[in-house]
Amino acid sequence: MLLRTKLHGKTYEFPDIRLLMGKANEEKSGDRLAGVAAETAAERIAARLVLAEVPLWVLRENPAVPYADDEVTRVIQDGVNETVYSEIKDWSVGQFREWLLADTTTPEMIRRISNGLTAEMISAVTKLMSNLDLMYGASKIRVMAHCNNTIGAPGTLSSRLQPNHPTDSPEGIRAEIYEGLAYGSGDSVIGINPVDDSYSSVARLLDMTYDVIKTWQIPTQNCVLAHVTTQMKCMQSGSPVGLVFQSISGSQKGNDSFGISVGMLDEAYALAKKHCFPAGPNFMYFETGQGSALSAEAHNGWDQLTLEARNYGLAKRWNPFQVNTVVGFIGPEYLYDARQIQRAGLEDHFMGKLTGIPMGVDACYTNHARADQNAIENLAVMLTAAGCNYFMGVPMGDDSMLSYQCTSYHDAPTLRQLFKARPAAEFESWLVSLGLMKDGVLTEKAGDPTFFLKR
Amino acid sequence: MDDAKLNEIVESVVRQLIAAGAVSGIQPAGAAVPLNQPAPAPISAPPTSNLGLTIDLPDPTSEDLRYKARVKNPCDPAALTELINSTTARIGVGRAGPRYNTASLLLFQGDHAVTQDALYRDIDQKLLDEFGLFTVQTNVTGGKEQFLLRPDLGRQLSDEAKRTLADKCIKKPNVQLVVGDGLSAAAIEANLRQIFPVIKQGVQAAGLTMGTPFHIKYCRVGVMNDIGDAIQPDVVLLLIGERPGLGRAESMSVYMGFKPKSGETDADRDVVCNIFENGGTNPLEAGAFVVQIAQKMRQNQASGVKLKLATQ
Ligand code: B12
Repeated sequence: MLLRTKLHGKTYEFPDIRLLMGKANEEKSGDRLAGVAAETAAERIAARLVLAEVPLWVLRENPAVPYADDEVTRVIQDGVNETVYSEIKDWSVGQFREWLLADTTTPEMIRRISNGLTAEMISAVTKLMSNLDLMYGASKIRVMAHCNNTIGAPGTLSSRLQPNHPTDSPEGIRAEIYEGLAYGSGDSVIGINPVDDSYSSVARLLDMTYDVIKTWQIPTQNCVLAHVTTQMKCMQSGSPVGLVFQSISGSQKGNDSFGISVGMLDEAYALAKKHCFPAGPNFMYFETGQGSALSAEAHNGWDQLTLEARNYGLAKRWNPFQVNTVVGFIGPEYLYDARQIQRAGLEDHFMGKLTGIPMGVDACYTNHARADQNAIENLAVMLTAAGCNYFMGVPMGDDSMLSYQCTSYHDAPTLRQLFKARPAAEFESWLVSLGLMKDGVLTEKAGDPTFFLKR
Repeated sequence: MDDAKLNEIVESVVRQLIAAGAVSGIQPAGAAVPLNQPAPAPISAPPTSNLGLTIDLPDPTSEDLRYKARVKNPCDPAALTELINSTTARIGVGRAGPRYNTASLLLFQGDHAVTQDALYRDIDQKLLDEFGLFTVQTNVTGGKEQFLLRPDLGRQLSDEAKRTLADKCIKKPNVQLVVGDGLSAAAIEANLRQIFPVIKQGVQAAGLTMGTPFHIKYCRVGVMNDIGDAIQPDVVLLLIGERPGLGRAESMSVYMGFKPKSGETDADRDVVCNIFENGGTNPLEAGAFVVQIAQKMRQNQASGVKLKLATQ
């Protein structure tokens, strides 16, 4: 294999696909940590020049972790539609980019091609995209799903109500839920990250959220984002579960460190279909994020963008209702500053959509990264323009349990009003029936959590 | 756009603002200053209005201002206060259209501004001395900035550290307590005095032996493997500073593992997190709780997901 180009008179050569892929990325601290980043800005572009000529079949045949060693690779490769793949395998990455962006390429055509792709191809084309390319490309791809309501319909923007509390206090969480509902947050899910992962505590929060959903007849679903094994126990013991959650990683080794496997998630999915209370057919919820494989030293020497793309290929197996990257969650060792976080958010959303999954984004940053609230407000605007399915709704964007900042209860209505977008249809009707929303705009009554003390 | 049109727009905006009660004291719309004329310089304004201006604000981070209910015309004002008091999350904040009120927005920005400090500080030496904790270091040599960018180095004990532990520590204790700075020195400073004695007494009361406690500078959770290799305890309890939250850096975790050794991952560990007074898990309770978990680990000879599956 010879991978070489000249740029401004200088010759650049790349030893293999792995390093070519790493060096073609926009600058990320995590790729530097992994030792795969370009040394200079020029080398980065040289890598892109070469990558643009690589045919898609080469990427299929060079997965980040070999087929024999890794069940994530196997899930993705075995899921490829060979008929579709044979039509596109000789395309170069550069050609693929132009095909995606062409005015003659329809959303339906992209959804079909998705089934012939592997994560490495998706990662490669993403590296050749500018930020606006990523927004425009993603905006063509709508992926809808249904649980108790419908997520991802064109013209809608949903919000996960995330009422976390530092001691899992049911009263405190309930208060936060009321505040969120009063702003029209919660159409994606009412989803709590628990502090205490024990069965009894998780079951109690499932009961409490279900009670709120029943009392107010909210067309949504609940979820407690404990380890999947805890949620499985809850389902088997009869707890009311809306969505089943798990964090996933782009390699088998990464998933080992999360204490999960494909077999375990197959089992969880089977239980979800058997026990979850909503209509379905989509019952699963996954979170991802660039750097999570590397943080477990499970990246096999590959770049974090490619590992992230593999998350989406894996998630697709279980027909999720929603998947979101928690971009910027882990810290500056993977995404150093606002610019890197914004870039990664756009990449992840695009890659998820291109994979064919209903993609949202937790646009966020930690206090040890060089970023601030303005940076993620910007990102949320860009992603709404790109057709993102949902964002997080956290009280003023400050998650006082997970210690990070993301989008707020206020942000979803603002973005909706800015882009003339609506909540999920069923949820909007519900808000309208309570008098909290009219013509897509919050009413006078909105924003008051004590509204929900009435029942 | 011509001036007449501009003026018309400006006037209508001012009218709306006055009607909405958002501003007062603006000249009536008809008398608005035309845009093409320079605004009157402050000096030409009547001197009395300037002299009358005194802005002298109380601290918006004081308890009563921080948790002040800001919803306009709530259905139940008394209950609103109760809801606000039930959580550390920022609720009952009200809104300006779909956006935040000015007071809540500026409080948020103020909290963000002070948060960074916790990251760049070391644990107070006096506190470490108080508990007789000696210090060893990981392979981070380039200060906090390198610590933030190279978590891999923060998971490895330096060679010197390994030698020191070989010298100074009792080997194969039942419980080994370690204190690490992690991402917040303030978290250790806020909780160590309460939690340390509880753990020590708890371990003794359970009839277990306690290793020689020490402090690791530039510490990540994964360093537990190297601790296990160096000291071979049954259970490692690592007290570590969580990444700081917004305006709150005192949250600490205890990460735990049964016979940790190189190659192990987070799946082999357990954690009790969000330990802090007033709103989090109380450090006294947390201390008692982790001793219980340590016993459970020893009984089941396992930790992490294995322990969970064994006890379900
Ligand atoms: C950052 C973070 C993560 C990151 C860690 C990567 C990284 N490099 O930091 C990611 C996104 C990968 C993650 C994943 C998970 N996390 Co987490 N995480 C956190 C968070 C927000 C901050 C941790 C921190 O400050 N660490 C301190 C620094 C100094 O440590 P570090 O060495 O830099 O990083 C290590 C730890 O963060 C550790 N870690 C992170 N989460 C968890 C969870 C468990 C159970 C263990 C043993 C270790 C662990 O992994 C890192 C690498 O070794 C805490 C919330 C909090 N308030 O503490 C939750 C938290 C610790 N995580 C939690 C959970 C449940 C998980 C998951 C199991 C979620 C899931 N259902 O899959 C997974 C899997 C964890 C695993 N076994 O590997 C819970 C733990 C609850 C409990 N008592 O068991 C917490 C408290 C948050 C919550 N309530 O949901 N997490």
